[in-house]
Amino acid sequence: MIDFGLSEEQEALQRAAREFLARECPPALVRETANTPEGIPGALYAKMAELGWMGLIVPEAEGGLGLGVLELGLVLEELGRVAAPGPFLGSQLVTAALLRAGARTQRRTWLPRLIAGEAFGALAYLEESDTHDPAGITLRARRTRDGYRLSGRKLFVLGVPGAHVVLVAARTPSGPSLFLIEAGAPGVRLRPTETIDLTRRVGEVELRDVAVGRDALVGREGEGANPLARLLDLGALGIAADSLGGAERVLEMAVEYAKAREQFGRKIGSFQAIKHMAAEMAADVEPTRSLVWYAAYAFDHRPREAPRAAAIAKARLGEVYSRTAERSVQIHGGIGFTWEHDLHLWFKRARWNQVAFGDPTFHRERLATIDGY
Amino acid sequence: MDLTYSPAERTFQRAVRTWLKRNVPKRQRDERPMEWGDPRRLAQAKAWQRKVHEAGYLALAWPTEYGGQGADVMRQTIVNEEMVHARAPGLIGLMGVQMVGPTLIQHGTEAQRRRHLPKILTAEEIWCQGYSEPGAGSDLASLRTRAERDGDDFVVNGQKVWTSNAQFADWMFCLVRTDPEARKHAGISYLLIDMKSPGITVRPLVQMTGDAGFNEVFFEDVRVPQANLVGGLNNGWQVANATLAHERNMLGATTRTQQTFQSLVRLARTHGRGGRPASADPVVRQQLADLAIRVETMKLEAYRQLTDTLRGRPSGIAASLNKLVTTELNHDLARTALDILGSYGPLGRRDARVRDRGVWPLDYMFSLGLIIGGGTSQIQKNIIAERGLGLPREVRPA
Repeated sequence: MIDFGLSEEQEALQRAAREFLARECPPALVRETANTPEGIPGALYAKMAELGWMGLIVPEAEGGLGLGVLELGLVLEELGRVAAPGPFLGSQLVTAALLRAGARTQRRTWLPRLIAGEAFGALAYLEESDTHDPAGITLRARRTRDGYRLSGRKLFVLGVPGAHVVLVAARTPSGPSLFLIEAGAPGVRLRPTETIDLTRRVGEVELRDVAVGRDALVGREGEGANPLARLLDLGALGIAADSLGGAERVLEMAVEYAKAREQFGRKIGSFQAIKHMAAEMAADVEPTRSLVWYAAYAFDHRPREAPRAAAIAKARLGEVYSRTAERSVQIHGGIGFTWEHDLHLWFKRARWNQVAFGDPTFHRERLATIDGY
Repeated sequence: MDLTYSPAERTFQRAVRTWLKRNVPKRQRDERPMEWGDPRRLAQAKAWQRKVHEAGYLALAWPTEYGGQGADVMRQTIVNEEMVHARAPGLIGLMGVQMVGPTLIQHGTEAQRRRHLPKILTAEEIWCQGYSEPGAGSDLASLRTRAERDGDDFVVNGQKVWTSNAQFADWMFCLVRTDPEARKHAGISYLLIDMKSPGITVRPLVQMTGDAGFNEVFFEDVRVPQANLVGGLNNGWQVANATLAHERNMLGATTRTQQTFQSLVRLARTHGRGGRPASADPVVRQQLADLAIRVETMKLEAYRQLTDTLRGRPSGIAASLNKLVTTELNHDLARTALDILGSYGPLGRRDARVRDRGVWPLDYMFSLGLIIGGGTSQIQKNIIAERGLGLPREVRPA
């Protein structure tokens, strides 16, 4: 029997997440957090950790909720809906990497802290070349007698400077490798990058001859390309889910406004110019939920299809979120262009979502290659 | 969440597939409605539907007493998908099976059901839809074809237009005005009209494709028994809307769109300019990938809607969204093919250099017709905005 829908438990989880975030993460908190140095709303994250969200995909035996990527996607959608600040996704990616390839000591050291929300993680892979090709990884890890020394610079890292632990993609003589680097280690510098997105922090990771032991390697030396690709797919899916929630919210805001605002003695939502724009937004947004669900389902049940499904979801949602946000501003008119109105929080987040973990052009070309055109 | 068929469904699917393999007439593969005009083709098309019905693969969800199997929507979905995979010819009596049949089951009298349902299934009687008029297109409810009571009959006068299949249909389900004084939606009735009745004239209209697929139908003092009224006097608008809600399972259409996309990819890999296939061009690759994403979205949405149906959830505005999205997608597929074909694109069907038997320019035109027919994209957007998003209705002239 084909059953492409959420279970009762999954619907309950999503509903609870929506109610919780509507209460705990209003736009005022998003704005307030934007003025803090690290951009992390501590009280909110403490409650999220209490709900188990930080360890949502961690098996119960290791202190998590033992849920799947689909459930993670539902929570990410709700976080996107309220444009939640903070390094949630970065932490999830580091957690996923540890679950997949982390050594026992790495898991013991970091998982409890990540689950408790006492530490946050970030995945650092892009450099100045801004390419997703593993060949673009030039940050070097030199072998030493008892480990490695890393030097170089990573850019556009989501969750920096607030992260406590950074998973760094580096080049070793045998190929790309992943290293777990503590933010406080000597020679490590995390700096914020100024971006238009007020809701999440993006930063730079500079490593100056940072000495680590062999136990900093996640997975085997030189074999980091595949696990990294999988993490990037998971990141792409995460951003797609966030975009779905955000797109739904900006559409709702546009509809609410069109129902209330009057010009020429009528609600502007009664004009077909507005009505058709809103209908096109709905026709864009509504069907993309299936793309997110399927990609998440693929991660959980059809891993071989996950890269293609993630590429599709990210390509579509990246575009749909930005376009819906633009149109929402258009429907709001002048008020939507002000700093005072909250809409720009989503509008700017959409722009970062469009490029994070691969922009639509990148993912479409990927899809073309996967499908063998 | 589970995207696999149950063992019983897989067994059923294999049986359907085997049956189709043995029975799809090779010459009639992929046959399109526009080819039904000539009598020989018409007879073949009817024979095909009868065969499908006798095998038990038509109207599976209808109640058993009316020739169905009371099956869940999964079975019908499997049949529809397999039909497309097997390149089975289209079903000529679909208007009857999908539109009038369910309407009679829901709103008809027992006598109407006994009289019409069996012949709908066997394709003995073909139906056409009498909705649009010269003055009533998007504003369908302003229709003026009137039916006046006279003894046991209605007397019908007026004109319908864009009536597909009227040239060979035996019956028409028709919206007529029965109360000219009432507000426009409130004065309409749903009538079943025998196309052989005296006073009916059918005049073919040639479409831009060159085919005569639709018609004008004129009514001059046509007598229709009152027993042919469906769902009560002046209740036609509600009856017609209920019919529209039946057609929301779009998996069959999705499978067909997937196949069109596969043909487009084949074209892009084999046709190009200066000896380089179009699929090597990064711009074309972007376009193809974008279309692939839209096709994939349509497929997954079909599964999601199927799930909603099986769970008994209301369909909301799914029908309008599907209509909008799928017709525009199909048009974009054909347009992309023409773009790729360059100077070979506009070649006629019989030209020696034409690619894919000239199907692309034809599809490009035909799919534009589908964007307009059955409620234009603009009308669908109104429905999505008003019923789906709850935006206020447009101020209409008094």
